[in-house]
Amino acid sequence: MVALKENTQMNNRTVVFYSIFRRDLSLALRGGASNFVPVIFFIIAVVLFPLGLGSEQETLSRIAPAIVLVCALLAMMLSLDSLFREDYDDGNLEQISLGFLPLEFVVLAKALAHWVTAGLPLIICSPLLALTLNISIKALVTLIFTLLLATPTLTLIGTVGASLTVSLRRGGLLTSLLVLPISIPVLIFASSAVEASILNLNTNTHLILLSGGLITALVLAPIAAAAALKISLE
Amino acid sequence: MEIANNNEWKLEACNLRCVRGGREIFANVGFSLESGDALLIKGANGTGKSSLIRILAHLLKPEGGHVKWLGSPIQDLRNLYLSHLHYVGHLDCIKPSMTVIEHLRFWSMMRGNPNFKRDFLWDSDLLKLADVPGRFLSAGQKKRLSLARLSSIYAPLWLLDEPLVTLDSNSIQQLQTQISQQLLSGGIVVISTHTEFNLEKSQVIDMSSSEYSPVGTSSFDSEFEEEVYDQW
Repeated sequence: MVALKENTQMNNRTVVFYSIFRRDLSLALRGGASNFVPVIFFIIAVVLFPLGLGSEQETLSRIAPAIVLVCALLAMMLSLDSLFREDYDDGNLEQISLGFLPLEFVVLAKALAHWVTAGLPLIICSPLLALTLNISIKALVTLIFTLLLATPTLTLIGTVGASLTVSLRRGGLLTSLLVLPISIPVLIFASSAVEASILNLNTNTHLILLSGGLITALVLAPIAAAAALKISLE
Repeated sequence: MEIANNNEWKLEACNLRCVRGGREIFANVGFSLESGDALLIKGANGTGKSSLIRILAHLLKPEGGHVKWLGSPIQDLRNLYLSHLHYVGHLDCIKPSMTVIEHLRFWSMMRGNPNFKRDFLWDSDLLKLADVPGRFLSAGQKKRLSLARLSSIYAPLWLLDEPLVTLDSNSIQQLQTQISQQLLSGGIVVISTHTEFNLEKSQVIDMSSSEYSPVGTSSFDSEFEEEVYDQW
């Protein structure tokens, strides 16, 4: 009975948030080779461009920012589908929704874990790819900043797509179809930031717009995703 | 929100009606349970046992009627109600790569009990499997691990959907003891089953009986045929 009283006070939401995040992270790390698929896809896809374009250095460094960002976007799509699917299939999502942490925060915890496992590795290996694409150091710094702002935004937009398709047997491709069009603004501002940096122009405007996008997604995406999950759980 | 009284619980359902996929599964289901009461939901496959339990667990919205806890509709005191119940359904919530003890700790945390203690676990055999990952558990062991969520923290209301499936006789015995204790301590237990389950002093709802099925007989075929004739 004493435990019940404490139970109703719901004072340790942060602890629950953290334990969902940690569980997702450890599940991802135990997934073995499948974790590295998005990163390897990212590296291979980016490297294909210099190989395909041959010796045209000029063209390469002009389209380099777009190449990196488009490939990062596609690489993140690969792992989006499994964001809620497994938890939905084995009943975990149902049980978590019965817990006292609101579904919006559950979405946020899972999005954070997804970004750490799918977004962060892309940022870490981007300097290496910048070398193959003939991107200058100054532009590389901007590229890393834009990726730091763009990848979490993409994860958050992705949670909406993934939660809408979670109850469909094979919703993988559909998730991408839903998410890619909404990601276009992120892509535009991110690649124009890096281009501005290459042309020695001011990048602040683009970075501020990207931050605005991230903040908007941070506020709205969990609400939308939680609403979609509630419908799927019925 | 304050709990009105610490030892008296009351779960009421009134005129529940459930529609799944455009088809009415049951109607007019109602009961009233107080501290120490058990409800046994019986019935053939597809008569809505699981749906009824999901409605009670606030996972499914009833098409009509309402469920009351401590006298108020459950949607009005959602968080309080959810913290008062344990729901064990058909899905086992087991991750192939997580070990038994990790599952127990995680669920205990989710239910609001951050200090999971091994002593609270009544299914002590599970502790022998503490470091075994989920993918190596047998079907019965998975079921026992799901049922172990019941011991993670005290909750007055237990909603068990077919808890006996795949359990061996020892585990069934153990579960029965736990259910009796839960009832003795003033809790409420709702169990669905299509096999025999001995519970002294329990109400029984038979979902197969005609009073709950909307068309008189629970025949899906006749309803379907009528629709076909209408179209022609």
